[in-house]
Amino acid sequence: MATVELTDLVTQYPNGVRGVDGVDLAIADGEFFALLGPSGCGKTTLLRTLAGLEGATEGRVRIGERDVTALEPGERDVAMVFQDYALFPHMTVSENIAYPLRIQKVARGEREERARESADPLSLGALLERRPAQLSGGQQQRVALARAIACHPQVFLFDEPLSNLDARLRLEARTFLKQLQRRLGVTTVFVTHDQAEALAMSDRMAVMEAGRIRQVGTPREVFQRPASLFVANFIGATPMNLLEGAVRGGRIDLGGVSVPLPAGHSGLGDGERVVWGVRPEYVATAGDGVPADEVVEGEVSAVENLGVTVLVTVAVGGRDGEEGVEVRAVLPEDDEPEVGARLRLHPQTARVLLYRADDDGALVEP
Amino acid sequence: MNPVVRTLLSRVGGYVGACLLVVFFALPLLWLVLTPFTPNPTYRASLSGVTLDNFRALVDNPQVWPSIRNSLVLAGGSALLVVALAALAAYALSRVRVPGRDQLLYALLLLSSIVTGTAAMVPLFLMLFQLGLIDRQVGVVLVLTGGLLPAAVFMLKDFVDSVPRSYEESARVFGAKPNQVLRHVVLPVIRPGMATVGVWALVQVWGNFLVPYVLLANPSKQPAAVVMYTFYDAGGQPDFALISTFALVYSVPVVLLYLVVNRRYGFAFQGGIKG
Repeated sequence: MATVELTDLVTQYPNGVRGVDGVDLAIADGEFFALLGPSGCGKTTLLRTLAGLEGATEGRVRIGERDVTALEPGERDVAMVFQDYALFPHMTVSENIAYPLRIQKVARGEREERARESADPLSLGALLERRPAQLSGGQQQRVALARAIACHPQVFLFDEPLSNLDARLRLEARTFLKQLQRRLGVTTVFVTHDQAEALAMSDRMAVMEAGRIRQVGTPREVFQRPASLFVANFIGATPMNLLEGAVRGGRIDLGGVSVPLPAGHSGLGDGERVVWGVRPEYVATAGDGVPADEVVEGEVSAVENLGVTVLVTVAVGGRDGEEGVEVRAVLPEDDEPEVGARLRLHPQTARVLLYRADDDGALVEP
Repeated sequence: MNPVVRTLLSRVGGYVGACLLVVFFALPLLWLVLTPFTPNPTYRASLSGVTLDNFRALVDNPQVWPSIRNSLVLAGGSALLVVALAALAAYALSRVRVPGRDQLLYALLLLSSIVTGTAAMVPLFLMLFQLGLIDRQVGVVLVLTGGLLPAAVFMLKDFVDSVPRSYEESARVFGAKPNQVLRHVVLPVIRPGMATVGVWALVQVWGNFLVPYVLLANPSKQPAAVVMYTFYDAGGQPDFALISTFALVYSVPVVLLYLVVNRRYGFAFQGGIKG
């Protein structure tokens, strides 16, 4: 068990592209940590640098008490599960699981025993003599996990461990992985491009973009208070409402519609450009008790069924030749409106976040 | 013409053409299989009585068995050397970025046909003479290996290219040293390719006449392909009994090898991991 510490880490490819561009990160002992980001953001490069498969151009990597920056992958005491699982096709399941032990020159009898020990809890006991090609995707994934477990590493590194599974199996594997990690208590870093996966599984997560970390926090923190427009856009099953407007007379004018300024933002000057953001889940239909100045009213332009909820897009404003804006809300299935109907929405002002309307799009702290 | 008739005719024509083609290629094979068992072999493939006398004559010939052994030494040695060197070269060329790598490979491939070709025999002879390798089997093995290597590297590189890098990286993270990665992961995965290339190299050398004929002087070192050339009687007539029987015996090891390897690995001329 160990902590992982990255200091000023830069990984530059021979062609000059910086896959990782100045990352500082501390991962606690036993933590289940997610690296999340769109493809090409450097999350896999960061994981590979941690594993030692890519050399760090600048900065340090520490695992536990050791500085492993200059060490070979095999000397870092980490185990990695690859996206394609990287099971050796010419070896049986048992030989695959015991391969790390073969490298450590453990005797054959003990190897087989320890392979069985790691395989049994993952219900692979009956498959030990099969070859990887004879296994299903889910079984292959469990073999890859068993192989990682068998070498008792200080840190697990998972590269998109669930992306090769079909949707149904992925949900089961998510729960399973989380339970397994909790039971083993081994520090785990996993890479994913699926924000739902990161939110569901991790203890803490880092959102990456262009080789840099944009936000680190618990899934709840990142979901509720995305630190920038990029994170706000990236996190969440339904896209967040992000509308640009200007502060005017203690309210925010979004063009055709004005909304209240959230509490604690009275310091913003008149005319200042901001982005008003609220998750569709935090927008409800306005009941009778809602003050009129908090209501956003418009015409329903689209209704998407999400199962127990519906995602409703409402065109707001747009009178007098002005261009209107669209506000989305997630409503219970019973409240499903007709397309074209007038709808009064109530964004929960306490959940509204304001961002700077510039390139960084940083969160405006109250 | 009625389209049905036309289809029928074109199909009949196709089959007749195919049959003629089969006969054309099958006749020599028929001759090869039948003639050793006929009492008075000629150019004609006919079975007029069955006899094993020809085989007795072959067994009694003092040149036959040593020449088969020589063939095995030359072909086996070359095949092993070709596979071993080509596997290493293919791995390196597949994994290390070398500027102009593909051009280099194509150039080698083109030039390789010259190495064992007729045009290069004089310089090769002189070179081996300087090296003191004339009339030595190791010289023949080296020359043939050199000629086969580029094509072998080319074929094997395709197999290595198809091995996912994650296999090697996975082994490295578990602490495998480069030679362990090669021995435990890469070589076993490309084994079918190595088997294919090995058989291919063996067959090439097995049937090669020119190189051993020129580079070996002592008849006792000559392989079967060269010795067969000496089976003429005093009058300059080919000794059909000996030639046909020897030809059959000569082809058996290659056919056997093919069957064994095909059974074990299945022939593949392109890399690929079965899912």
